[in-house]
Amino acid sequence: MHEGCQNPATCPMGRVLSRRPGWGAVPECNTGNPATTGKGTKTNVPSLRGDPRRRRSPLVHVAVGAVGVVLQVLTSGLMMGFVYALVAVGLSIIWGVMDVINFAHGEFLMVSMYSAFWLYTLLRLDPLFSWPIEMAIVFALGYLTYKVIIRRVVDAPGLAALLATFGLSLVLRNLAQFLWTPNYRFLNETLVTDKRLILGPVVLGMPQIVAAIGSVVMTILVFYFVQRTRMGRAIQATSLDKDAAKLMGIDTEKVYAFTFGLGGACVGVAGALLSSFFPVHPESGALYSLLAFVIVALGGFGNIKGALQAGVIIGVAEALGGFYLGTQFKYAVVFLIYLLVMQVRPSGLFGW
Amino acid sequence: MNESPWKDRKEPAGEPTRRLTHGALERTGSDGQALRPAQPVRRRARAPELWLLAVSAVVAVLPLAVNNVNFHHVLIMFLIFASLGEAWNIITGLAGQTSFGHAAFFGIGAYAAAVAYFRHGISPWIGMAAGAVIATAVSAVVSYPVFRLKGHYFAIATLAVAEIIFQLFVSWSYVEGATGISIPVAAEGLATFQFHTSKLPYCYITLAAFVGTVLVFRRVEESRLGYYLRAIKGSEEAAMAMGINPARYKLYAMMISAFITSIFGSIYAQYILYIDPFMVFALAISMKIVLLTVLGGLGSVWGPVLGAAILIPLSEYTRILLGGTGKGIDLIVFGALIVVVACFQPQGIVGLMRSHGRRRAERGVSGDARRDATAVA
Repeated sequence: MHEGCQNPATCPMGRVLSRRPGWGAVPECNTGNPATTGKGTKTNVPSLRGDPRRRRSPLVHVAVGAVGVVLQVLTSGLMMGFVYALVAVGLSIIWGVMDVINFAHGEFLMVSMYSAFWLYTLLRLDPLFSWPIEMAIVFALGYLTYKVIIRRVVDAPGLAALLATFGLSLVLRNLAQFLWTPNYRFLNETLVTDKRLILGPVVLGMPQIVAAIGSVVMTILVFYFVQRTRMGRAIQATSLDKDAAKLMGIDTEKVYAFTFGLGGACVGVAGALLSSFFPVHPESGALYSLLAFVIVALGGFGNIKGALQAGVIIGVAEALGGFYLGTQFKYAVVFLIYLLVMQVRPSGLFGW
Repeated sequence: MNESPWKDRKEPAGEPTRRLTHGALERTGSDGQALRPAQPVRRRARAPELWLLAVSAVVAVLPLAVNNVNFHHVLIMFLIFASLGEAWNIITGLAGQTSFGHAAFFGIGAYAAAVAYFRHGISPWIGMAAGAVIATAVSAVVSYPVFRLKGHYFAIATLAVAEIIFQLFVSWSYVEGATGISIPVAAEGLATFQFHTSKLPYCYITLAAFVGTVLVFRRVEESRLGYYLRAIKGSEEAAMAMGINPARYKLYAMMISAFITSIFGSIYAQYILYIDPFMVFALAISMKIVLLTVLGGLGSVWGPVLGAAILIPLSEYTRILLGGTGKGIDLIVFGALIVVVACFQPQGIVGLMRSHGRRRAERGVSGDARRDATAVA
């Protein structure tokens, strides 16, 4: 039973952890959601079983436990899915508007996480409040990336843009390693650390809840920004037909630069939200960019709603796959789902 | 409705394309242009083979002239990656299907050679052959679902396939999972495919495989398959309308590409003598293949060779000189150079050379292709 557990007999964590003893070994387990990871094994769950004297009849125990476990896994996956969605939205906007695969997207996320880490470590600014700063930093990074690099390759034939963003990702990742070593760093004492919400059989980590809510809010904001504002309409027009947009008096250069910045702003927020429960290190963005590629394709390029829904699907698939097949297979499940869905909808779930 | 035009069109399935490989179509000049002799076409077609002879002669002499272990290592890596680029070029350069998943075939080849010797004591050569067959079979099985997707969706799907295979290898105990396989040291010799005192044998084996790969690429490029693939690259619908079955020819291209990639995976494993999934199935391998081919020039024989000749020494020497600090300076330099090249030479080096030196010849080639297309249509 872990600390703060109200219901030891049906505690899903007890069951989960007793069924799979070796989970603490996988590195990303230290940080993800409580049900599918082993964080609790070390710190919060000294004893894996509930008090035997308080157990109910085995049948009730199994039934309640099974439902609880499924609920736990689903909600955990859902919460991670929202964060994946926000990362993917950033990628999707850039991809949809200028047809550039930003291979440095994960590194933008990493930059944001390091910013959050240093703001907290040096200035004691909690990521809960410092996210606008990270957002601004990565927005500026995206804007500059466009102005310095992408502008030269965006209309180039073939895969030049891919080459450039891949080079940029190498530079950013190794620059981080050069400056801050490849060590894993954790934000251990933020406002949300080690707090959790218990709803019946479901235990929700506060960092994950905050990240999920923040991601949903940011996704909705971006959606309305693109739908309603003048700049957003200019972005839409440019993505439909660059030359026609130019003829209508839209400064497409400005739109492109802004779009790259906006894509960066999305991961800026995501990075700030993730930094409170995910280790910060130079490779921390790599996994997210891989998942974001899949989510963007699954949702349809440039489709924000699609990215949100695909993100949730991928998050839940990852959690279910990780729980029922084992953590080592959770990404295999994610990629398999992509391949299967694309058989039915070859242009993404919500693609044009 | 009058059905006859459709019947006429269906009848000679591969006929027009076969004719134009022999240069006959140029002479007919269907759009009323002046007749062109077939002779220059043949001369141009033979030029790459002569170049190949020259390049391989130089590469064969170089390791003897420069007797330096680092140099030999860079040369071997250059040959491996140039050949991987050629293999990738078949599916992406010729057929226009961007694959981000070639590390999967590379890894299968590497593991086949390693597992054959490590688990069963079988010669790595047999392992290499088995790996090539397995990789080809995997590519065939995987191609069916993947080739239904187009463009970026296809690229991401290849990435997904490679990641799935990677995840399976990480947790497959038969291949030692994430621990990787350290190939047991055996007596030196061609039979065991292990050489411990000198890197020269590796140089020459890789060179031979490289020459074979370039010849295969040339063969594919010149064959009917090559024309089909370029037609598919141009427009899949148009190719289909001309009686080409895109799914089938893309599948052939993928299988050839996977076969070659797997063989170089085996060579790599025998050269390094230690492999783990993070090394051979890494996205970095797929990306390196993509990068050097795009850098050199997509769809041309010499593109991957030029790209590898620049990228591999750059990455290997920056690593040798700066990598020891463990601070990633080598990769910062490497990444920055990639960015610079992409920004200022997005066409690739072959594109640069074409736009300067061989503009005239180039126009001739594309003119032929265009005329062929109109003639066939």
